[in-house]
Amino acid sequence: MSNRIIILFLLAVAGTCAADEGSLLYRVYCTQCHGIEGDGNGINAPHMAVQPRDHTDPSEMATRTDEDLFKVIKHGGKAINKSVLMPAWGGNLSDEQIHALVAHLRDLCCQDAAQAAR
Amino acid sequence: MRRATHLLIGLLGLCLPWTAAADGAAVAEGQCAACHALTATEQGEAATLVRAERQAPPLHYAGDKYRAEWLEAWLQAPARIRPAGYFPPAHAQHHADGDRVDPASLPEHPALASGEARAVTGFLMTLRAADGLVDPEAYEPGSVALRMGMLDFRKFKGCNACHQDAPDEGGVSGPEVYTAWQRLQPAFIFSYVKNPTAWDPGSMMPVPDMNDAAVAKLVNYLKVIGEPQP
Repeated sequence: MSNRIIILFLLAVAGTCAADEGSLLYRVYCTQCHGIEGDGNGINAPHMAVQPRDHTDPSEMATRTDEDLFKVIKHGGKAINKSVLMPAWGGNLSDEQIHALVAHLRDLCCQDAAQAAR
Repeated sequence: MRRATHLLIGLLGLCLPWTAAADGAAVAEGQCAACHALTATEQGEAATLVRAERQAPPLHYAGDKYRAEWLEAWLQAPARIRPAGYFPPAHAQHHADGDRVDPASLPEHPALASGEARAVTGFLMTLRAADGLVDPEAYEPGSVALRMGMLDFRKFKGCNACHQDAPDEGGVSGPEVYTAWQRLQPAFIFSYVKNPTAWDPGSMMPVPDMNDAAVAKLVNYLKVIGEPQP
């Protein structure tokens, strides 16, 4: 019983750390285009020919699987036939960091829905 | 007596560059080190975190990066190169109609007197911690038609999402690149574009999937837009 509690505690801590890392990585690498709030209105957005994706819109984000998101972060917009303005971050970030970013994207878009469902 | 005088003058001549570099080191330690990393150690290992806290570019490879004549002039009349500062998320504010850069949050770079600027430049040009990343033979400056270079930079490579290749044309999170050729050594530009994280593990510039010819084409475009037009 006590072992189960310890394992659950460790999993919770690991989840929190991953969320923190995803949030930090998002701030450093993504907010310039996708916005501080993730709404697609970053400081670069007015200068771009294609509007960056609104990560807070559940309907937009529902069209992408986690695998799609991983792929587009790692290999860039071209990898899913989208804009070249979305760069490939695979040379800057590890797979673990990209997974943390994907988890953060799901938090951004679906946190309210998830909370409402609870 | 005359021979001794000549000897003394000769010795002074030998010492002057060393003295200037020493003064430059003192000024750099006193005035630059608060915001700039002067050693690789100061740049830090935890690159992502450090980037978020850093206020200015690292200088431990300044001698591999800058053109000395530009650096000396810029230090006397510093003008902003990065429209959104060195770490843009620290200067962006959320607004209902889109994020904007808060100009009041952007630090002003102090201006140095000409003698100090010369001494600091002399010192900074001795900092060459990244000599191994520069291959003088990897890039031979060439030319590209302005329109083709612009198409490549903006449409095919998407560089203008973050960089301005003309005043007020392009994104604001990266440094302006229409002055890059005046500021930076060509071999550095080539090497940095090819592999930015080799220079700075916390670089916010994506590592491109490009061969040397593609990188050279981009650098040639920076040369075309950076050189005075005939």
